[in-house]
Amino acid sequence: MTVITAENLTKRFGDFTAVNHISFSIKRGEIFGFLGANGAGKTSAMRMLCGLSIPTEGTGHVAGFDIYSQTEQIKKNIGYMSQRFSLYEDLTVKENIRLFAGIYGIKSREIASRTDALLQKLGFMSERNTLVQRLPLGWKQKLSFSVAIFHEPKLVFLDEPTGGVDPATRRQFWELIYDAAERGITVFVTTHYMDEAEYCNRVSIMVDGRIEALDSPRNLREQFHSNSMDGVFQTLARAAVRKGD
Amino acid sequence: MKQFIAFIKKEFHHIFRDTWTMVILLLLPILMLILFGYALSTEIKSVNIAIYDPSKDSLSEEIIRKLESSEYFNIIRMLDSPFQIEEEFQAGNTGMVLVFCENFYKNTLSKGDAQIQLLTDGSDPNTAVTITNYASGIIKSVMRKSFASNPDAIRVNIITKLIYNPEMKSAYNFVPGVMGMVIMLICAMMTSISIAREKETGTMEILLASPMKPLLIILSKAVPYFFLSCINLLTILLFSVFLLKVPIAGSLIALLTVSLVYIFVSLAIGLLISSITSSQLVALLLSGMALMMPAIYLSGMIFPIENMPRGLQIVAQIIPAKWYIVAARNIMIKGLGFSSILKEFAVLSGMALILITISFKKFKLRLE
Repeated sequence: MTVITAENLTKRFGDFTAVNHISFSIKRGEIFGFLGANGAGKTSAMRMLCGLSIPTEGTGHVAGFDIYSQTEQIKKNIGYMSQRFSLYEDLTVKENIRLFAGIYGIKSREIASRTDALLQKLGFMSERNTLVQRLPLGWKQKLSFSVAIFHEPKLVFLDEPTGGVDPATRRQFWELIYDAAERGITVFVTTHYMDEAEYCNRVSIMVDGRIEALDSPRNLREQFHSNSMDGVFQTLARAAVRKGD
Repeated sequence: MKQFIAFIKKEFHHIFRDTWTMVILLLLPILMLILFGYALSTEIKSVNIAIYDPSKDSLSEEIIRKLESSEYFNIIRMLDSPFQIEEEFQAGNTGMVLVFCENFYKNTLSKGDAQIQLLTDGSDPNTAVTITNYASGIIKSVMRKSFASNPDAIRVNIITKLIYNPEMKSAYNFVPGVMGMVIMLICAMMTSISIAREKETGTMEILLASPMKPLLIILSKAVPYFFLSCINLLTILLFSVFLLKVPIAGSLIALLTVSLVYIFVSLAIGLLISSITSSQLVALLLSGMALMMPAIYLSGMIFPIENMPRGLQIVAQIIPAKWYIVAARNIMIKGLGFSSILKEFAVLSGMALILITISFKKFKLRLE
């Protein structure tokens, strides 16, 4: 079952083509790495898939809904975690969970029991009434991810979710991602860390608004005769005309 | 609806947990009132006055004696001709000149058109008003005593005249002015900053990617500040009535109605500002410079609009605070009815409608 399909998806801002005819499809439960240098068009592409921006050209379906006309339904069926840490710092852990669960229309009774289960799983029980601003960054990111999938969406978009944390914490974060994928939540993740790219089932690499490569990490390494994803990425990114910002 | 309530609750959490927001919301209005209140009601003692008294009869001399013996006035000069009045003011050490008409006592008795002019220096309007009030109080009490047996005979006209600033429209009415300012400050500035904050921290992106409708997002931003503005409005009114003794002469309902419309205008401006800026600092500067400055200087709160150059008078017409302050004064101070503020009411409603429409349109565009 495919969760995302995109065909010739294009986004132009005036003369500038941010996303240039990209096509791909992603299966249920897949962890899909969406790579590219800064300014390659990742964010623009992701925004179209989230229903935040309307494409200039091409077609696309997310969770079975059309990205032109059914953005409301799409928003109900996805989770989204942005590159900036984005829970409310002046609310407590519990309040944040409650708020977002409420926004996604989960029933109050269900929120209460699921919140406890989540806090238990993350080991945050003792911090449930702590203001989020007092948590260490790694904890915040784990919480942020858990909140993004609290309503059990069909898929979750993660925009550079692990910026600024150490490898050990990143590793723990990826365990949460695997856990979600096993439950059938498709994961669409952008990242700068090439070791993370290795964790993905499949990876696409964007250069200047186009998808220049798309396959499993192993196949990409073979295709580009490199022993790491970093090598693959460097080979492709070197050809970029656009300068990152 | 449940989303909406959850969201409003969250807004209140933001407000109550931020010390500075609370300080601005609760202390600022009261601080402003007290500041303006006491700046206005400073007691005045030993004002130098000069007197021109061509009649020199028993009644005029009694009045002069009473003025002299009061703690408020020092008679520094008796003038010989009306031409010396201007001189006296220009010399700068006289706060008021008292002018009796000729045959003061006789006129009081027979024709009933006896006149006393109280001339004051309007370049300092607050002092001018206070001392005219004191002086006319003293004059009236002398008159009452002198004609105790025949009160109907008191038909003296006390004419008070402000030299240099005859309109003197702004000084009394600081309470409407402070209301105009505080509401604008709280609604426009706080709303725009709180939306800009969400854009800055990235939470806005999360909200936009959620099923929460954009309209609902900004509405739930506006609701808490709407409530807080209403509370502020009431605090200001209670304070001014009970502490500063400024009465609400007209209808309270009319005053509250026009205030509500003004709150809507201010909220709409706040939403508009937040839709064109994405940083808290810019929102602060925009609402500070583009809203507060004109609201203070061009609204007629401090300086009468009538005395401004033509160009600024025209600019003043597009400032919502100007219309609100006029309306609030008409009702609060002058005690006029709702019919007297129809024009102001219509202008403010029009502004509210236009601004709300624009800011909703703008907000949708920003989603792209």
